[in-house]
Amino acid sequence: MSNSDRFSLSMRLFHWGMAALVLSMVAAGLLMVTSLQPWQLTLLNIHKAFGVVAILLVMARLINRLRHKLPALPHELPHWQKTVARASHWMLYFLLFAMPLSGYLMQYYAGRPIDIFGWFRLPAALQVDIHYYALFRELHGWMAVALISLIALHIGAALYHHFIRKDDVLKSML
Amino acid sequence: MRALYLALLLAPAVSFGADAPPKVSAQQFVNLQQGDSAFPGFRRAHAKGICISGEFQANGQLADYSQASLFKAGSTAFIGRLSIAGNNPTAPDLKAPVRSMALSFASSRTEQWRLAMNTPPVMAVADPHTFYQQIQAIQAGPAAIKQFFADHPESDEFRAWAAQYQPSGSFAAETYHSINAFYLINADGKQQAVRWAMQPTVAVAANASDEADALQQEIAARVAAGKVVFDWVFTLADAADDETNPTKAWPDSRQQITAGQLVVTGTTPQLEGDCHAINFDPLVLPSGIAATRDPILRARSAAYAESYRRRAKEQLQGALEGSNNE
Ligand code: HEM
Ligand code: HEM
Repeated sequence: MSNSDRFSLSMRLFHWGMAALVLSMVAAGLLMVTSLQPWQLTLLNIHKAFGVVAILLVMARLINRLRHKLPALPHELPHWQKTVARASHWMLYFLLFAMPLSGYLMQYYAGRPIDIFGWFRLPAALQVDIHYYALFRELHGWMAVALISLIALHIGAALYHHFIRKDDVLKSML
Repeated sequence: MRALYLALLLAPAVSFGADAPPKVSAQQFVNLQQGDSAFPGFRRAHAKGICISGEFQANGQLADYSQASLFKAGSTAFIGRLSIAGNNPTAPDLKAPVRSMALSFASSRTEQWRLAMNTPPVMAVADPHTFYQQIQAIQAGPAAIKQFFADHPESDEFRAWAAQYQPSGSFAAETYHSINAFYLINADGKQQAVRWAMQPTVAVAANASDEADALQQEIAARVAAGKVVFDWVFTLADAADDETNPTKAWPDSRQQITAGQLVVTGTTPQLEGDCHAINFDPLVLPSGIAATRDPILRARSAAYAESYRRRAKEQLQGALEGSNNE
């Protein structure tokens, strides 16, 4: 496989690093909203701090992406599949940005400052606004469902390319 | 860093011990609290209350123990709420077994503190899953709760308190307890476990009113006539005290420090005031105060968030429109 068929090293690092981070964020989110166990508070604080890391990473990642040439999708791939592939990738970027943003805004309007690993705190509203809280809380929940579905589609498509079409799409990210 | 994070994610698996009682989720807990017919837009617990406002006047005596800015001599404004336990926003005030005070200090955009306190000094049980069973027993009736207490000797101190407790005629004349312990952390990083109580400065004989809103009417009239004051008293734990067990009071001999006075100067019906929008989650803490490992305390954040999510969504969908303050 020639180098132009592969994602650049920086893009591969961003991809797998963020994959691990986002899967952990989803798992943490789903666990902490149901659990009454003593670790819930710890996990909640970790979720928020790493969520802020995620939004910084996705911005750096987008800038990095614009600076690199991407490997082309296989020529013989049906047009509709190429369209779905591109659209789903942009949707993933959108959600990776919108998830942490809605998370922060939900906490902002609920008047809950965010502690970042004990180093500093992000500000919250001095006066709680329950309508905006409700809006961003529900958005965070619905977008989480959309994100989980897209990740499933994404993994499904990667496996389809690798094992059924037997092309180089998955290898281009390894 | 990610390895650490993943390791932390695995930590929960370790704490799923095999021992009873069965683990209850935040959703199950709030379902039980709200009962069969929820009141849309209202809190699932302590649904009936009245907003209060005023300021905390610190005397500076606690400033050596905690770097939280409100303990420095001076005053900090608060928004608060006086409520009764229960899920019904129209319940008769004088029938409720527990009365409560919640406070919110928004000292700055990065330093906020929420407190939610009740009249009993201790809990009957020490973890949320047993607490769930206690509420089930209360809902099942007197025989069930009698049996529950018999099966749970850790409820001894709570029952002793309940047996001698005489409700006063006013929200102004009750003592409100943190029940759960917290750590105060000072500028040197030194940590001290504490509990606190808001202690009344007036005595008011039992209320003979037969109005459903007897306590709300009484406090509104009292505050309109002049300020209502509480002493904010902290009790410092000793090495012998277990700060993670909310069923055991600490001995009377423990050092106490009065941090200042809470001065209530205004009341507003809850749907017209600022307090209804606030979730008084006691785990929203400023720098200088931290949560202990008390399992009851640690269970509160997720349950309060679930109740808040439900009522906020209902309110967004218009549940409270046209409702007067009931
Ligand atoms: C990549 C970023 C993020 C992902 C994938 C993510 C994912 C999730 C998921 C799956 C849930 C559970 C959803 C539900 O029950 O409806 C959740 C809940 C939550 N998230 Fe995030 N999140 C992210 C970033 C953030 C950030 C940056 C914050 C705050 C600064 C945040 C704050 C919260 C809070 C407070 C909850 C629980 C709300 C409650 O208990 O009512 N999240 N998140
Ligand atoms: C596991 C234990 C507990 C659970 C699951 C629980 C649950 C709840 C819930 C769901 C709410 C409604 C929150 C909202 O919608 O804003 C609430 C309110 C409240 N709780 Fe608890 N609670 C627990 C323990 C305690 C303890 C130990 C205290 C007292 C020290 C307490 C005092 C209060 C007060 C005062 C309110 C009303 C706050 C207000 O005015 O908004 N709770 N509780």
